[in-house]
Amino acid sequence: MTIARFGRKVLMASVAWGLIAGTALATDISFWTWRQEDKAAYEQLFADFTAKNPDIHVKFEALPDDTYPTMVATGLAAGKGADVIHTHAYGWLEQFVKSSYLEPLDQATVPSLANFTPDALAALSYRGDGKVYSVPFATMTLGMLVNLDVFEKAGLTPPTTWDEFVAVGNALKEKGIIPVANGLGTSWFNEMFTSVITGPFLGNDFAAQLQTGEATFKDPRYTAALGKMLEIRDYLPPNFAGVDYDTSGQLFLSGRAAMLAGGSFDIANYKKLNPALNMDFIAPPSAAAGDPPEASKFYDGGYAVNAASPNKEAALKLVNWMGTKEFGDKFSALLGNISPIQGVEISDPLLNHVAALNSTAVPHLGPVYFRFDKPTGSELIQEYITKMMAGDMTPEQVGVAMTEGLARWFTPFQGK
Amino acid sequence: MTAGRRAKSSLVSRRSLWIGFLLAPAALIMIVFVVWPLVSALQLSFYEFDGLRPGQFIWFENFRQVLFESPFSNATYNAFWHNIVVFVAFMVFENGIALLIAYALLKELPGHQLHRVIVFLPVVLSAVIVGFLWKLLLHPLFGLVNGLLGLVGIMGPAWLGSESTALGSMIFANVWHWIGFPALVLLAGMQRISREVLEAARLDGAGDWTILTKIVWPLIAPSVTIVTVLTFIGSFNWFELPFVMGDMEGSPGRSTDVLALYFYRTAFGSVTSGIQDFGQGSALAVLMFLFVGAVTFVALKFLRAREIQT
Repeated sequence: MTIARFGRKVLMASVAWGLIAGTALATDISFWTWRQEDKAAYEQLFADFTAKNPDIHVKFEALPDDTYPTMVATGLAAGKGADVIHTHAYGWLEQFVKSSYLEPLDQATVPSLANFTPDALAALSYRGDGKVYSVPFATMTLGMLVNLDVFEKAGLTPPTTWDEFVAVGNALKEKGIIPVANGLGTSWFNEMFTSVITGPFLGNDFAAQLQTGEATFKDPRYTAALGKMLEIRDYLPPNFAGVDYDTSGQLFLSGRAAMLAGGSFDIANYKKLNPALNMDFIAPPSAAAGDPPEASKFYDGGYAVNAASPNKEAALKLVNWMGTKEFGDKFSALLGNISPIQGVEISDPLLNHVAALNSTAVPHLGPVYFRFDKPTGSELIQEYITKMMAGDMTPEQVGVAMTEGLARWFTPFQGK
Repeated sequence: MTAGRRAKSSLVSRRSLWIGFLLAPAALIMIVFVVWPLVSALQLSFYEFDGLRPGQFIWFENFRQVLFESPFSNATYNAFWHNIVVFVAFMVFENGIALLIAYALLKELPGHQLHRVIVFLPVVLSAVIVGFLWKLLLHPLFGLVNGLLGLVGIMGPAWLGSESTALGSMIFANVWHWIGFPALVLLAGMQRISREVLEAARLDGAGDWTILTKIVWPLIAPSVTIVTVLTFIGSFNWFELPFVMGDMEGSPGRSTDVLALYFYRTAFGSVTSGIQDFGQGSALAVLMFLFVGAVTFVALKFLRAREIQT
């Protein structure tokens, strides 16, 4: 055997070994989410991650939205959960943390946590130990979606104050246009609708006082804000009690309605459904001229690591990358969501507008403060708001029922 | 023991083994999918759930909460009341009309075979399809029902959005869906009645009402027993239609809440409103099982006794 032939054999063997070893050493990790519609975007994002970390491959697996918590809980309990889990925030997350299913994160294991504000990290932390368990992925802003073409045709300007809203609403009605597309046919959307309309009449001070019990839902500020919901009935679609989330979207997209009290999460979808739609996202009508814009805001969730994952190191690498500016920039561009990562650049002017509203937004009260035990504030308001809008409860009765219902577990309300 | 006896005994034991072997797969399925979940639910109902794993053993605390502590007990009784309304409505409208349809089919009027197919046709559809279909038909703005009402100058209501009409609309859709089943069961019962009996009654001058109430009704008692018991069980397990036509929350304003929805919401939570509590959910499941089981047992005793009397 000549030296050259021997050398070739050694080279071929090395290449073969490299290929085999490469395959054998690569780590495959899985990612569970409820967002099937985001599959293409996440696969692009994960391809970027694998390009930087060739030894880690991420498999995207979507589970049904309705049964997501149950399936995740069952999977984790059986030790078959994914390595990285897409979680919601607040009380939803706490259930999993209390069961020790998720790995606590800190800047030693996930340095990119430094890219988030304390507010964002608090939403994905467990109140019991103050530790972060999920890397925040998106803020959701609730405000008014406005069909600018409808306003232009009607010769009107989107309202900024409540008085303007009433005047514009009456003018739109006279022209046969539904001012606000919302109905009450979908419980979770009713809560958001309520948050949008009442938010500017409550403000951040009231929200802060609720946390300490200095204020309760019996407060005249809250019942007066609920009174605005009663006033808005005149500007909703006919038979609004039965108009559900999908129908509201159709009314808005088709131009039959001029405004929709909704969330930033719908912007990308509406643009896809009607690319020609000339849409804006503005703060809901304020109590008085000169008030700061007060949309509502909450953190939708984050990316957590399964505490029992056999690939914890790879999973931590992934969630750390999901907290970087590089990820946030592309995430916002691909999915049209606002990334809470500081310094993220958003190219879409509409999304930039939404992001600007976040700086003065009030918390979306239900999920942010009152979904940690039963009965949740969301369950209560979703039930009572329908009754109030049907005339079966007054705002004062709603305030009392909310306060007393929550007092079962929310200690600041006990005895109030 | 004689040789003959030994051979007989061996044959019996071989036969028992064979029967046991044939029953084993079905028994295994029953144990895994029925008995085991029941036992698990009973066990979990005695634990506190703060999170997703069982915590402290708390005896009957979950039962106390769902039965006696507001707001959980209010939700339980509200849902329970709706189940009763649903059962009564199904008995009167679904089974009552089914009885009349069955009697009409028994008379073999022209086109009865086609009518039998038409009446039974919706039964083969899934509850999800039926719920979705009726949700579209009853849509407050674009639905066919309100469209037709609009043609005669009536503005139809928000059928599924108003507390006064939502449950009734769902009951109507369910009656439309299932009426063929009791109609066929009752028709089968009627067809077992001797023709001579019915003809003799007719010769004696009995009208349809008299024949139906005095002759047919007592003689179809076994079919009535089956239909009544199945309706009762179905009413208290009612889930798909209120879920598809309404939502998990029993909207609007809990006016369509039933025990199965309340149980599911409690045990498995809802992403957009609540959190999971397997303990309370299991307590509800156990109570539902005991109630349905006990009432079914008593009803069967009563109805079987009625069959013998008639």
